[in-house]
Amino acid sequence: MRPEMTAASVESGPKSSSERSALARARLLRGLLPAMSLVLVLLAIAWLNPRAISYFGFSLMLNLAIPIALATIAQMFVIAGNELDLSIGTFVGFVGCVTATWLKEAPLVGVLILLGSIGVYALLGALIHLRNLPSIVVTLGMSFVWQGLAILILPKPGGKAPDWLLSLMAFKPPFVPFPIIAALLIAAVVHFGLMRTSYGVILRGSGGNAAALSRAGWSLLKTKIVLFALTGLFGVLSGMALIGITTSADANIGNGYTLLSIAGVILGGGEFVGGRVSPIGAVIGALTLALAASPLLTFMHIPPDWQVAANGAILIIVLAARVLISRKER
Amino acid sequence: MPEAGVDIIRLDGAEKHFGAATVDIIRLDGAEKHFGAVRALAGVDFHVGAGECVGLVGHNGAGKSTLMHMVAGTLVPDSGRIAVRGGIEDNYSVPRAQQLGIRCVFQELSLCPNLSVAENTRINHPALRGFGWRRKAADLIAAKLDEIFPGHSISAADIASDLSIGRRQMVEVARAFTVTQDPLELVILDEPTSSLDAHTAGQLLAFVRRFVAGGKSCILISHVLGEVLGNADRIVVMRDGKVVASDAAKAFDRDRLVTTMGGAAAREKIAAEIATQKPETGPLRVRARPARQQDGNELVAHAGEIIGLAGLAGHGQTDLLLAIFAAAARTKTGIEVTAPVALVAGDRQSDGIFPQWSIAQNIGIRSLARLRNGLLISPRREAELADFWQKKIGIRTPDMNSNIFSLSGGNQQKALFARALGSDAKIVLMDDPMRGVDIGTKLEVYDLVREEAGRGRTFLWYTTETEELDNCHHVYVFKNGRIVAKLGRDELTEEKIIQSSFGDAA
Repeated sequence: MRPEMTAASVESGPKSSSERSALARARLLRGLLPAMSLVLVLLAIAWLNPRAISYFGFSLMLNLAIPIALATIAQMFVIAGNELDLSIGTFVGFVGCVTATWLKEAPLVGVLILLGSIGVYALLGALIHLRNLPSIVVTLGMSFVWQGLAILILPKPGGKAPDWLLSLMAFKPPFVPFPIIAALLIAAVVHFGLMRTSYGVILRGSGGNAAALSRAGWSLLKTKIVLFALTGLFGVLSGMALIGITTSADANIGNGYTLLSIAGVILGGGEFVGGRVSPIGAVIGALTLALAASPLLTFMHIPPDWQVAANGAILIIVLAARVLISRKER
Repeated sequence: MPEAGVDIIRLDGAEKHFGAATVDIIRLDGAEKHFGAVRALAGVDFHVGAGECVGLVGHNGAGKSTLMHMVAGTLVPDSGRIAVRGGIEDNYSVPRAQQLGIRCVFQELSLCPNLSVAENTRINHPALRGFGWRRKAADLIAAKLDEIFPGHSISAADIASDLSIGRRQMVEVARAFTVTQDPLELVILDEPTSSLDAHTAGQLLAFVRRFVAGGKSCILISHVLGEVLGNADRIVVMRDGKVVASDAAKAFDRDRLVTTMGGAAAREKIAAEIATQKPETGPLRVRARPARQQDGNELVAHAGEIIGLAGLAGHGQTDLLLAIFAAAARTKTGIEVTAPVALVAGDRQSDGIFPQWSIAQNIGIRSLARLRNGLLISPRREAELADFWQKKIGIRTPDMNSNIFSLSGGNQQKALFARALGSDAKIVLMDDPMRGVDIGTKLEVYDLVREEAGRGRTFLWYTTETEELDNCHHVYVFKNGRIVAKLGRDELTEEKIIQSSFGDAA
C-alpha cells in the first residue's frame, strides 16, 4: 500500500532542494503539533487553576496518564505494522485482574499467566500474517475472550495489588513528579528501540513497504510476531501500572483504553497505514488526552459525563490542524 | 569492496561477448513458469558471464520480468535448473541470491516511503547493525550516490516519500551497488532510467560501463533500445515467454532488434474482413484529447468503428478510457461523447466482478433500468437477458444463477462482455480485457466485437497484445500519456507500432 508513491509518480521534474527543505519544515511543524496541543491544554489548566501547576498538582492530574501512555505505546506497535488492536482495552482489564489476584497470591503463576498472554499476542500476529486475516476482526474477537477471562478471574470488583507494585507507583521522587519521569522514560526507551535501532527500522519498514522488505530477504512473519508481542508486553505493563494506582481491580477497568490508545497514537502524529508512528508523539498524545479528559473539565466545571466528547473534540481539532499543514505541503 | 573467493577471469574482445570461456555468474536451463493457465516462461535458457553486460529486450508480457524474478530469487521456476558460478542451486531464494552477490533493482520502486535514505539502505544490508549503524549506512549510501550521480543533492537523512520519483530511483540504483559483507557480482537493472532525466540516465549508464569493466556483471532491461544497443555487450531478445535471439550487441541494429521483438511471421489476417466491412463514416461518437497531449492529435471514433489503443503498458491508454467513461456522465473539457458508454474492465477481479452475485446478476447490473418492473427488478427479465447472452456469447455453465466464480476465467470475462453488450451502450470501452484469457475464448469474442461493430456500435480497445489490433479499423499509439501516432488499417504492422512506441526522441 503506497498511496504517496503512486500519487508522486505523476509528477515529473525532480524536486529542488528548497522544495525539500520546505517539506522538512512542514514535517517538523507536524511533529511539533502533539507537543503544541499538550502545551495548549497545560496553559488552559494554568489559567483556570494556577495552583494545579505544582508538584502535587501534576502528580494528581497525571496519575492515570502512565497506564494510558503504556496502552498507547502498545497500540502504536500494531499500527506501525498497518494493523489495529481492538482488544487492548479488555486485555488491560484482564491483566489488571490477574495482577490483583494471582500476581499477589501466587506470584509465579501470575508471572506465567502474564508471559503466556504475551505469547498469545505473538501467536495472534502469526495467525494474522499466515492466514492473511484482518486484524480488526481477530482482535475484536479477542476482546471478548479477554473480557470473559477477566470476569472469570474476578466476577466482582476486588482483589489487591501486590505491595511492591503499590510502592513503585506511589514513588515520590524529588522535584519532578513520578508520572512525568515515567512518561519521559517510556518515550525515551521506545523511541530508541523503534526509531534508532537497526531492527526498529525493519519493523517500521514492514508497515511502509512490506513487499520491498520481503524482497530484501526479511521475514514478514517475524516482524508481525515481534510487533504483536511488543503490543502484548506493553499491554501487560499498562494493566499492572493501572492496578498499582487503583489498588484493586474490576473486569471492566480497561474498557475505555481501546479507543483512548488509538486516539493517542493518532494525536501523537501516527497514521493508520504506512508505518508512520512516533513513540514520543504517542506518549505526548496520551498525556494530552489524560489531562484534557478529567482535570481540565473539572476546572471548567463541566461534568465528567462529557469526558469522552471532550476527547473527541481534541482529536478532531488536532487532526484538522494536521490536514491544514499537510495541505500546505502540496 | 571485498572480492569474491573465486577468481574473476578477465577476457577481452569477442570471446568475452559469447561467454564461452568465461565462468557464468548465473545460468538458467529450461526455466518454465506458469501462472494459472498462462505460460509466462516456456523453457528459457539464459546465462550471464563475468564482466558482461547483457541487454534484455522484448515486448510487454514477453517474460522478461518473470525471468529476472527467477534470477533474483523472488520466483521459483516450475521446472528447470539454476546454476550460479557452475554450482547447481536447488533451494535458490532471495537470501541465497544475496549471499552469492546477485541483486535486482525492480521496476516498481521498492523503497519504504516512511524511512530515510540511510534507513532504506539498512534494509538491504543485514550487516548494518550494532553501535553506529546509522552513521555507517549514511556514509555508505552517500558515497555510492556521489560515485554514480555526482552532484545529486540527496541527503542520507531525507525521507524517501519527500524525494521526487527520479531521486527515489537514483537512491534505489545506488543502494543496489552498495557493498557490506556479501559480495557483489551481478546487478539486474529493470528499466533503471524510466524516471531519470537524460543527464542522470547518462551518469548511470557510464557507471554501468565502469562496473562491467571492473569484471562485474549487469543485466540491463530497457524499452529505450538505444540504451541497450549502446551499453550492452550481448543482447537477448524475448518473445512469448521464449528467448528468440541472443547475440553480440554489435550484431544488432535498431531495425533488426525491432523485427526480432515483433516476430516476422505473417499472421492470419482478419484484415480482409475488416476492410470489406469498413463502413461509410457513421455519426461521430467520441472525440477525445489525452490530458497531457500538447499537439493537436486527438482520438476520433465514429459509429461502427473499432479503434485500437496501442503502445507500451501504462502509457496513458487506460487513463484516456476512464476519462471518456467519466465524460459520458459529466461534461469534461476536451472530450466529447455522444452516446451511452459501457466499460469492460481489464482487471476483472478488482474492477469487474461482483464476487457474491450470480452470473445473471453480474450481467444484468448495467441494464437495471430495462430489467425493472415497478420498483423491483423483474427476475424473469433478468433471466431472459442472461439466457440470451449465454447462448449468444457461449458462456459455459449449466445454471446462470450459480455464483460467478463457478466459471473459468475466460467465461467470467465473457460474462463481463455480455454485461456491456447487453446494455444500451453504443460505445464500448475495453481496457485490455483479454489478458490471461485462452485463445478459444479470444477468437469468439473477436467475432462478436466485429459483429456488433457491424451493427453500429463503437469499440475503443486498449490492448497490450498486438495481434488483437488486427481487428481494428485504425490504431492510436500512446507514449507518455500522449497520442504519438495514428495508423490506418493498411499501415498497421507490428514493426510500425513498436517503432512509434519505442521512439527514443521523447
